[in-house]
Amino acid sequence: MDLHIASQIAQTHLTAKKRQTLVAMLGVTFGIAMFITMISFMQGVNQFLEDSALDASPHIRLYNEVNTQRPSLIEQLNPGRFNVVYHQKPKDEQSRIKNGLTIAERIEREPGVLGVSPQVATQVFYNNGPIQLSGTISGVDIDRENRLYKLYTRLKSGSLNALKTNPDGLIMGTVLARKLNVRVGDKVTVTTPKGTTRVLRVVGTFGFGVGTVDNTRSYGNLSTVQEMLQRDPSYITDIHIKMIDPLQALPFGQKLRATYGYYTEDWATANTAILAGEKIRNMLTYVVSITLLVVAGFGIYNIMNMTVINKIKDIAILKATGFDARDIIAIFLLQAVFIGFTGGLMGLGIGFGISYLLSITPFDAGDFLSIKTFPVIFAAKYYVMGLLFGVITTILAGYFPARKAAQVDPVAILRG
Amino acid sequence: MPPVLSAHHLNKYFYDPTKFQVLKDITFEVQAGDFMAIVGKSGCGKSTLLYLLSTMDTAYDGEIEMAGTKLTGRSQDFLARFRNEHLGFVFQFHFLLPEFSALQNVMLPGLKLGKYPEKEVEERAMEKLRLIGMADFARKPASKLSGGQQQRVAIARALINDPTIIMGDEPTGNLDRANGDNVFSIFRDLARKGQTIIAVTHDPDFAAGTDRVIEMSDGMIIASYENPVQ
Repeated sequence: MDLHIASQIAQTHLTAKKRQTLVAMLGVTFGIAMFITMISFMQGVNQFLEDSALDASPHIRLYNEVNTQRPSLIEQLNPGRFNVVYHQKPKDEQSRIKNGLTIAERIEREPGVLGVSPQVATQVFYNNGPIQLSGTISGVDIDRENRLYKLYTRLKSGSLNALKTNPDGLIMGTVLARKLNVRVGDKVTVTTPKGTTRVLRVVGTFGFGVGTVDNTRSYGNLSTVQEMLQRDPSYITDIHIKMIDPLQALPFGQKLRATYGYYTEDWATANTAILAGEKIRNMLTYVVSITLLVVAGFGIYNIMNMTVINKIKDIAILKATGFDARDIIAIFLLQAVFIGFTGGLMGLGIGFGISYLLSITPFDAGDFLSIKTFPVIFAAKYYVMGLLFGVITTILAGYFPARKAAQVDPVAILRG
Repeated sequence: MPPVLSAHHLNKYFYDPTKFQVLKDITFEVQAGDFMAIVGKSGCGKSTLLYLLSTMDTAYDGEIEMAGTKLTGRSQDFLARFRNEHLGFVFQFHFLLPEFSALQNVMLPGLKLGKYPEKEVEERAMEKLRLIGMADFARKPASKLSGGQQQRVAIARALINDPTIIMGDEPTGNLDRANGDNVFSIFRDLARKGQTIIAVTHDPDFAAGTDRVIEMSDGMIIASYENPVQ
């Protein structure tokens, strides 16, 4: 087999029918362009959602679950008998983590841990005149919390340091602040579940771009929140942990649960919906792209089939003058590969263009989402993948007509 | 001197629509330098015989040997290679590749053989075109040539690899008188230079001008005679 002659013949065939060649190429071009655009955009969306969810939530949250489901005393003493206890009340258990600060310090020293923030979280009512809104307050060491969530980048007004200098300071979610109609410097009365109230001053607002956080959460000083709950300075309900590698969170969380005996929740469990959405979008991207490529493949198949039928005399002559089956396959396969490769390259260009246009298109996502344009990822691997898909499709689409060409019986054609 | 081509007891059947024996026990030999014509009425099997000899049709009983090589039972790839090196074809309907220039058409089998570098194949192709008086049309696309011109280019293509045998299937069948004579005289010249040629024809003038004639009827050789030397 001589690829040089085969490619010469293939080239002549392609250039002799320029329009047909172009049409076949455009099929691949659109398929690949669509694939690139879709995958860049979908992955951009995935990445954006994952980032915003991950940024706002800890990789691991260690907490004490107060369990209301416990067997009654009589059940414990007389198991298996006919015992009836109506409406048993839960035990007055504290949701504290015992030695929480010590545990936090120990976890912080473990390898792979980026930061640890022990905190007190509680339900509260925010009162502003006649308006009452329910929400949560997290009593935190603001420096540690900042290290975990990069709060300074999330700050919409005020400053983090103001919280350190003002014990009654409060940094509030933007949406919550708007609902309460408060700005930096305004006062808010906060009621705890224990019934105590306290007047706190808003020293800053933040926005994560995640509704459930911006809508309800405020940060206060750890000691202030402990006081509000009438607890001692070692009272800790949650320990938030960020890992250097988010994937390490899952085994590490299990380890912590085994070591300290408290419940842990990792980001994957907490964000199951987002991860499921991601899988669905990925699937959608591949299904649509592969459909487009298959359509393009059938286009090439048809055109190559027509070429083979048109060139059947030529094939007979080539075989008569000593070209063997592999030469003939090479001639037609090279045409298909050329169409696939060139069409694919054009597709990459157009796909990049569309992705770029998309990435600079303004997108008003409202207050929640912190983006100005559509999220698009530009990654070389998608382009390699696109070209690979394009070439594989065309090779498959070109192979069958080429094999048909190789099986042409020259005698039947030449005898006329 | 051993024959350049020998056919032993060739039998061939067509099965469609019904079983029918086209060739019946054909045996003959061709010596190097022979200019031979196979004649006979339409349907007598002369073309079928030629395509068996051409190695393109392999469904037959019997044995064919050419240039000292047994060709019966060989693989398609071997036969393709053999055709490329030892056989040149001239068909009734000229059959050039229309998108290629006359020169490229002549060069292709030479490039496939790969015996000479491309530059030399081109020179040899020009030389063959000069031999048949088509050198001026070398750069023209084959589709722009007349029937007679195409057939002459086809002869040049058949010659490019200095084949052992040139086979022609009605090489003048589709040409007018003047072009037919022209093509015949090219064959005659080649034969004079020692080229072995086998041509199927139903043109009595063509047959009369050859060295030797095999006459067929109903799949059998009914006569084989030498023409008087001209």
